[in-house]
Amino acid sequence: MKRFLGATLFFVLMVGLWELCVRAGLWSPVLVPPPSSVARYIYESLSDGTLEQATLVTMRRLLSGYFLGLLLGLPLGLLTARFKVLEDTIGVVALGLQTLPSVCWVPLALLWFGQTETAMLFVVIMGTVWSVLIATDNGVRTVPPIYVRAARTMGSRGVHTWLKVIVPASLPFIISGMKQGWAFAWRSLMAAEIFVTILTGFGLGHLLHYGRELHAMDQVAGVMLVIILIGLLADKILFSPWERFLHRRWGTAKP
Amino acid sequence: MTDAPPKLVVENVSKRFRTRKGEIHALDDISLAVREGEFVCLVGPSGCGKSTLLNLIAGLDFPDNGRIFADGKPVTGPGSDRMMMFQEAALFPWLNVFDNVMFGLKLKPHLRDKERREVAQYYLQLVGLERFMHANIHELSGGMKQRTALARCLAPNPRVLLMDEPFASLDALTRDQLYGDLQRICQQRKKTIVFVTHNVREAACLGDRVILFSPNPGRVQEQFTVDLPRPRDINSVALAQHASEITRALKQHLRPDLTEAAE
Repeated sequence: MKRFLGATLFFVLMVGLWELCVRAGLWSPVLVPPPSSVARYIYESLSDGTLEQATLVTMRRLLSGYFLGLLLGLPLGLLTARFKVLEDTIGVVALGLQTLPSVCWVPLALLWFGQTETAMLFVVIMGTVWSVLIATDNGVRTVPPIYVRAARTMGSRGVHTWLKVIVPASLPFIISGMKQGWAFAWRSLMAAEIFVTILTGFGLGHLLHYGRELHAMDQVAGVMLVIILIGLLADKILFSPWERFLHRRWGTAKP
Repeated sequence: MTDAPPKLVVENVSKRFRTRKGEIHALDDISLAVREGEFVCLVGPSGCGKSTLLNLIAGLDFPDNGRIFADGKPVTGPGSDRMMMFQEAALFPWLNVFDNVMFGLKLKPHLRDKERREVAQYYLQLVGLERFMHANIHELSGGMKQRTALARCLAPNPRVLLMDEPFASLDALTRDQLYGDLQRICQQRKKTIVFVTHNVREAACLGDRVILFSPNPGRVQEQFTVDLPRPRDINSVALAQHASEITRALKQHLRPDLTEAAE
């Protein structure tokens, strides 16, 4: 409770200071919108539904792309760790493409898929899949062989060993890879949405982009706040439970 | 001696490993038989192939020459009738104590889930960890980890236990306690045990028979029968006499490795 009050006080003071500075005429409100007008923008766009609509569009792209990326990256990572041939081929491709910011795929994606959801999906998947693949591969390689030997003497074989021993043993790596994949996907989607207009849906990135075009800095700041909030929520909902599990079981440092 | 067929038979087994430095002749023409219910200790300095032999009996590795039989059938891979316990506890950190013990039980298809839980509870009680069923692995002391590993080995009710220096990394007090526990459990559950160690006293305390190995290449050097009544106390005088007899033999055979083996 004490921590909560302290944190609340900090944020109230920060917003208050921001408002005061703008009111005192330190900067033009065109450059730095006061929190009151940002709040008004958020309230108005929530009541007319534009903000919810944009959030929904963006989240749908992000989540579907992210989960497809996981669905590809996890098994591929297991396969590259298992088979030398795949390590030397797909493994190398993954290592190379992981260094490429996935927003670089946008020009090609537009050419291939047009200004469609598929193009956005493709960019998000490219952001997710490689880091998840590499983390899974790494995780499997660092599983202590003694776990596998112990499991085998207890009668575990093949797929059972993979699902019940190797995958859970590499969870610390897999989770951090999933987090990195999420961060890459989120950033690349935002960049892509700011970059190009997609005819089938108007996302948060577009809202931000049009805020800039219209010199509506209250809109820009408001959308930025929403983006930050989604990031925080995703961390709390998607990853915190896993990290608490890892911390409890492995006894590693508290996340 | 009984006329029952031996539980484990090792027949002219050889094993070589290729490493960067060259070839290691880990086992050279080893033959031995272990009776049902017998506690056999393999003693020797490190690198004499005793752990290798244990891995071969477990079916985790295969001999270059010779054959190994368990219950008269050739060993072709790991089997849950032969459970192995390692120097590191090798417990799974993503499972709690109870679920670690359940791991092997879940691989026994003929058991119902309720029975599995009862069996797991029974063995945790047997090793004195019933109060720590829901603990995480990292919360356990070294001795408790090995007790959990022992319960996990025993739970699927294997007839043969293969133990690779399971108490080597524990402190002396915990170890003495576990000697007592292991003897008690084995008498109750009638297990056949092959136990690898380089601690002669430990071997004399636990084994019905102590087999001395020599390194480069790994060979059976000499065998001793320890016919002291059980349960044995590791600190008893009679046991010390047996141990010193074995140590003497060890020193004779292995001058260069004397320091490590005689500890």
